[in-house]
Amino acid sequence: MISLGYHQGLLEAKQFLRSREQVVFTLAFPAILITVFGSIFKGDIGAGVGFTQYFVTGMIGTGLMTAGFQSLAIQIPAERDRGVLKRFLGTPMPRWVYFAGKVIMVGFIAVLETVILLTVATLFFGLELPSTGDKWLTFLWVSVLGITACTLCGVAFSSVARTGRSAPAVVTPVALVLQFISGVFFVFTSLPGWMQTVAGFFPLKWLCQGLRSVFLPESFGAQEPGGSFDLPRVAIVLGVWCVVALLLCLTTFKWTTKRDG
Amino acid sequence: MEPAIRVRGLRKTYAGSPAVDGVDLEVGRGEVFALLGPNGAGKTTTVEILEGFRKRDSGEVSVLGADPATHPPRDRVGIVLQGTGEFDELTVGEVVRHFARYYSRPDDPVAVIERVGLKDKAKARTHTLSGGQKRRLDVALGIVGRPELLFLDEPTTGFDPEARREFWQLIRDLQTGGTTIVLTTHYLEEAEALADRVGVIARGRLIAVDTPAQLGDRESARATVSWRTREGVLESERTATPTQFVSELARQFDGEVPALTVTRPTLEDVYLEMIGVAP
Repeated sequence: MISLGYHQGLLEAKQFLRSREQVVFTLAFPAILITVFGSIFKGDIGAGVGFTQYFVTGMIGTGLMTAGFQSLAIQIPAERDRGVLKRFLGTPMPRWVYFAGKVIMVGFIAVLETVILLTVATLFFGLELPSTGDKWLTFLWVSVLGITACTLCGVAFSSVARTGRSAPAVVTPVALVLQFISGVFFVFTSLPGWMQTVAGFFPLKWLCQGLRSVFLPESFGAQEPGGSFDLPRVAIVLGVWCVVALLLCLTTFKWTTKRDG
Repeated sequence: MEPAIRVRGLRKTYAGSPAVDGVDLEVGRGEVFALLGPNGAGKTTTVEILEGFRKRDSGEVSVLGADPATHPPRDRVGIVLQGTGEFDELTVGEVVRHFARYYSRPDDPVAVIERVGLKDKAKARTHTLSGGQKRRLDVALGIVGRPELLFLDEPTTGFDPEARREFWQLIRDLQTGGTTIVLTTHYLEEAEALADRVGVIARGRLIAVDTPAQLGDRESARATVSWRTREGVLESERTATPTQFVSELARQFDGEVPALTVTRPTLEDVYLEMIGVAP
């Protein structure tokens, strides 16, 4: 049974790796962003900490969200249109296997693009990698929880767009606005208060905050809106999003188009 | 043994208008059954209810002894949909091997690929296949689980005549192997070539079920006799007693009747008459 999920993931990863332009753009996207940001903001944001150190957290977060949320919420309606989902539905494949395949593919992409990003940022923009095992552990759980929440949200959101053609129009603004209000492109605390409040309802803000606790010195926690990195709350909010999105996936996921009934 | 498919009083309504309006149907084990009907007559809705893709409003449906709305017997049924499934970047072999994993007693993927005539294409990416070859891949995915019952939705649309004949042979081989086949098609000659029985659906009802030869009393219907007169004009006559008519003609000509043909209505003539389009 488990091997079926693994093979589904392998199938998805193979399909991804064989579409060359998709591979290049998806994997290089966060690295390109950090190159742009690293070249524009050369100074430091205080206490001898470079801008790169701050923005790399946003780039990791946005990379995870793109791989999990944006790409799935666009890809799944297209697969639904082409009848791929209906074909799976017509076989004895347990339904979770399809989702497992997507999760494995997203995880695979997330690891690759994050490694590329960290390599580029370290080599060219003076990024300092976490120095303690504790921080790497935090990095791991925040990323895993964040990518899980994004992936499940992507699957859940895939039922909002009614056709593959409309999906990018539905999904892109959501992703873009979240990036702007969640502290990906700006220092979060420099945003208007109401915007910070709105961002607080969505996972990306918490994902980035968790990542900041890994890449910024402990003392920077005091500058967060809550006065600390507040990792317990990061875990709770991301966890709640995982549960809510999973419930939505299980109850509202559409295997066939309106046309098919 | 219970029939492969048993349907009683099947109804399905969309937005107040009935798409399927009281269909009764039985398909025996090992039978090839063709469902004919114009677009929008309820053909696809009926088949998709049997496949477990749609829910019915009322009626009894049993497919291989199970209710497809609640417990579709996916492991024992193969479905070949119209133009679906795009695994562009994968090879034929990869796709067939992957789908084989879903079934509890799958066929050997290599043998299946050979059977549908894609042996030479096993290592080709699926986006390089022609339309007919893609259809064969669809069939390969439909039969790799060794189904007892196979649904084929307009399997040869867009085929050239040669590809169609080859495809028919594949279907006959499956039938010989004991697979029950339910086929929808727009091609009357396809139904005639393959089906043990055909059913005609029109306006949500199954208006006739019979063997292709006997549908609409084809065998006893009036025949058309045509011949060339001594003046060289082609003449034809519809008659209920063609044998008698021809022997009279033979007497008139005192031997061979020039350009003589005797034709019964084709399956297409009978079908068009049934669905209310005058032939």
